[in-house]
Amino acid sequence: MARHQAGSEIGGLMREAGDRSKESFQRLAAAELAGLYWLARRLVRDGAEDLVQEALLNAYRAFGTLQHDNAAGPWLKAILVNVFRDQLRRRARSLEELPVEQVDDFSLYQTLIEHDPMPYSDTLHHEYLRAFGKEDVREVLMRLPEIYRAPLVLRYMDGFATKEIARMLDTPLGTILARLHRGRKRFERELWDYAQETGLLARETIRCPTANA
Amino acid sequence: MSDSQRLIPCSDAVRQLWEYLDHAVSPQDQEKIDRHLSFCRRCCGELEFAKELRAFLASQEADELPPHVKDRLERFMTGL
Repeated sequence: MARHQAGSEIGGLMREAGDRSKESFQRLAAAELAGLYWLARRLVRDGAEDLVQEALLNAYRAFGTLQHDNAAGPWLKAILVNVFRDQLRRRARSLEELPVEQVDDFSLYQTLIEHDPMPYSDTLHHEYLRAFGKEDVREVLMRLPEIYRAPLVLRYMDGFATKEIARMLDTPLGTILARLHRGRKRFERELWDYAQETGLLARETIRCPTANA
Repeated sequence: MSDSQRLIPCSDAVRQLWEYLDHAVSPQDQEKIDRHLSFCRRCCGELEFAKELRAFLASQEADELPPHVKDRLERFMTGL
């Protein structure tokens, strides 16, 4: 409705709202496809392309609600997260909380110091993280239950504010903050476990430079 | 000794480090954490690692689309 009213206004006011034609949608969305796809890949193990398609369809139907063309990226991502949230709600199992005591006290920082898995490294913590490729990071994320994974991805990989995340996931802010905290701790633990289980660091092993001297 | 001058335990400091980095803790908590960090080398290490881990997560930005995905999504867009 607002769109039609705006449409009747003249010149300058319309420039901000932009052209809301199908071609305009295609042009704006085309520039965001990669961002949408990689966000979807971090949120779901399977069906990332389907998730993007459903989001595009919903976005196209709601195109009139996009206020500024330069907000198309976050707007499309928010719609994708809405679709993801609705999928999640259809599967009650995925909404289970983790027992607090199981995760809260883990420190990857301390664990690395205690186990020193890269004794040749002067910058252990930095190099440890660098051993993880993008697909490794994705595998680690997939080990987290979705309710912890989604806030972590949205906050620290896609840069959404916590209030915005609470709104997109339709969850109280306090719950999001608690899940972010536990999600981080769980992520640290899963980084550690994943590297142990897959021999990730063995792939990185360097030869001592003096070995053949 | 006032409440803000009492040193908080490491567990309290570490629990709030990411919010601290986000400037999302109350001024009182900020002061308590600052004070803790000025005394505790271990938690300074935790803080540095938290920064490292955040930068690591933020660096996982989007790559190009795989060709088959690009084809499928562009075909879908054309058919809207």
